Amino acid sequence: MSLSAAEVNKIAWLARIAIDPDKVDAYARDLSGILEFVEQMGTVDTSAVQPMAHPLDQAQRLRPDEVTEPDQRELLQSSSPSVEAGLFLVPKVIE
Amino acid sequence: MASAIDGLDIKQATGWRLQSFLQQGLITSEEIVTRVLAEIAAREPTVKAYLSVREASGVIADARALDERRRRGEPLGPLAGLPIAIKDNIAVKGEQLTCGSRILDGYIAPYDATVVEKLREQGMIFLGKTNMDEFGMGSSTENSGYQVTTNPHAPTHVPGGTSGGSAAAVAAGEAMLALGSDTGGSIRQPACLCGVVGLKPTYGLVSRYGLVAYASSLEQIGPISKDVKDAAILLDVIAGCDPKDSTSAERPKEDYVSELEQCSEDLVIGLPKEYFGEGLDDEMRRAIEAATAALSQDGFKVVEVSMPNTEIAIACYYIIATAEASSNLARYDGVRYGARSLTGKSCNDMMAHTRAERFGEEVKRRIMLGTFVLSAGYYDAYYAKAQKIRRLVQNDFKNAFQVCDVLLHPISPTPAWEIGKKSSDPIQMYLSDIYSITASLAGMPAISIPCGKTQTALPLGVQLCANHFQEKKLLQLAYHLEQLLAVQK
Repeated sequence: MSLSAAEVNKIAWLARIAIDPDKVDAYARDLSGILEFVEQMGTVDTSAVQPMAHPLDQAQRLRPDEVTEPDQRELLQSSSPSVEAGLFLVPKVIE
Repeated sequence: MASAIDGLDIKQATGWRLQSFLQQGLITSEEIVTRVLAEIAAREPTVKAYLSVREASGVIADARALDERRRRGEPLGPLAGLPIAIKDNIAVKGEQLTCGSRILDGYIAPYDATVVEKLREQGMIFLGKTNMDEFGMGSSTENSGYQVTTNPHAPTHVPGGTSGGSAAAVAAGEAMLALGSDTGGSIRQPACLCGVVGLKPTYGLVSRYGLVAYASSLEQIGPISKDVKDAAILLDVIAGCDPKDSTSAERPKEDYVSELEQCSEDLVIGLPKEYFGEGLDDEMRRAIEAATAALSQDGFKVVEVSMPNTEIAIACYYIIATAEASSNLARYDGVRYGARSLTGKSCNDMMAHTRAERFGEEVKRRIMLGTFVLSAGYYDAYYAKAQKIRRLVQNDFKNAFQVCDVLLHPISPTPAWEIGKKSSDPIQMYLSDIYSITASLAGMPAISIPCGKTQTALPLGVQLCANHFQEKKLLQLAYHLEQLLAVQK
């Protein structure tokens, strides 16, 4: 499968990665190359195979819904680039 | 003051031997860490294994406190007083946690990983955080956002990756032991290239709580050490079910150490024929054949097995790993951790520029690939298909373990290569992972142990792999093979 420039731009947007317009072709080439490489998966008959999500086919364990962690808001927010009054600040979301 | 350590080569000394000296009062932990800190000072300018090394005064103070506890006769564990290095994607409270990425510049871990908590209880002495390929993406530790680690056996060569810093630190004598993490070979391959021992445990045996997630269904924390016994001792400490990791397996605790030297002679060794085809370096092949011959001459039955889904595993691996990465790495958005870009007026623009400026090329490539294969319309063709092939890869192992107990095969197609030689073509780089990713996809435990050197003195290594939770048997055979190869030397 070969990716177009428009598809690369769409993927980059979904992945929230800004890419230079002059690098779009290089990304298209790289990603298309990898997709061509993985196309060999199509040669394997998997019609009777169950997908494997976990190496031990183990279900996720549940635990009681109880508070187990103390409040560490200040400590955890100390690693943020921008915090005010206990809130994470981001550039304007609504115009 | 004369002491037992004066004549001791700290680069060669194993943790368990030093522990016996400590217990006999022949040396102190302070002497050990002082010697290791001296190795760091001498070799680190060339090796560049560490992204951060603790202040010497803090390390020595910890060692003195341990020595004091020992003098008081407190019961201490088998790692007490030994200096250990930790890969920089495992959380150590109050220390940097960068994953080798600029996007986590300046981030300080607010808590200890479960494995670190266990090591602290044991009285290990934490030395520093080791370099790695950014978020565990790479095979050479050249993809770090900070520095290129070099191979202690040849400064012009790579140490392998992604736990290249941990493997190089142990090989250079800059740490007694180290923790690495393995997603598709990241413990075993650098161990092989640096001439040390590296063990990837069964998926679920060791808690991943506090390991920064890259590909959650594949990765495991494991030991890197100078010999098999040290690996067994370290595994013994870090293994066990953890309520904080919902993927950790609920199983009774096993003892990997006390019967390490009692390898059963009835073990059948399987050689998967697909692992000895084209692309395997001649010297690597001969060394692995010699290791096989040593076991065979010692009376072990050796059989050929077939694992037909080996080649296809690379494509499968890169779909699953990148899909999981695109999801796991979505959290680095410039809001809660690390650095933020000043470009971009809207919140979305800020996030896109932060990620563009701070992620390296390989990380961006994998996130975009993973985003694509999970996107609407492509999920079944790529991700679901890869999950089905993953089961076929695991079935290969299950079938092989019907006729053998342990698989023996290469871990890396070649010994260490020159820095800068391989990193340009992503597919070529992915192909070099062929011998290591299958055990990761299948969740099997696998160990890499040294088996000689090339004519130019680069380390060679061999991989042993066993069925789920057969670490005890795996380590027994690895220990036995290590002894056989030592006699041959």
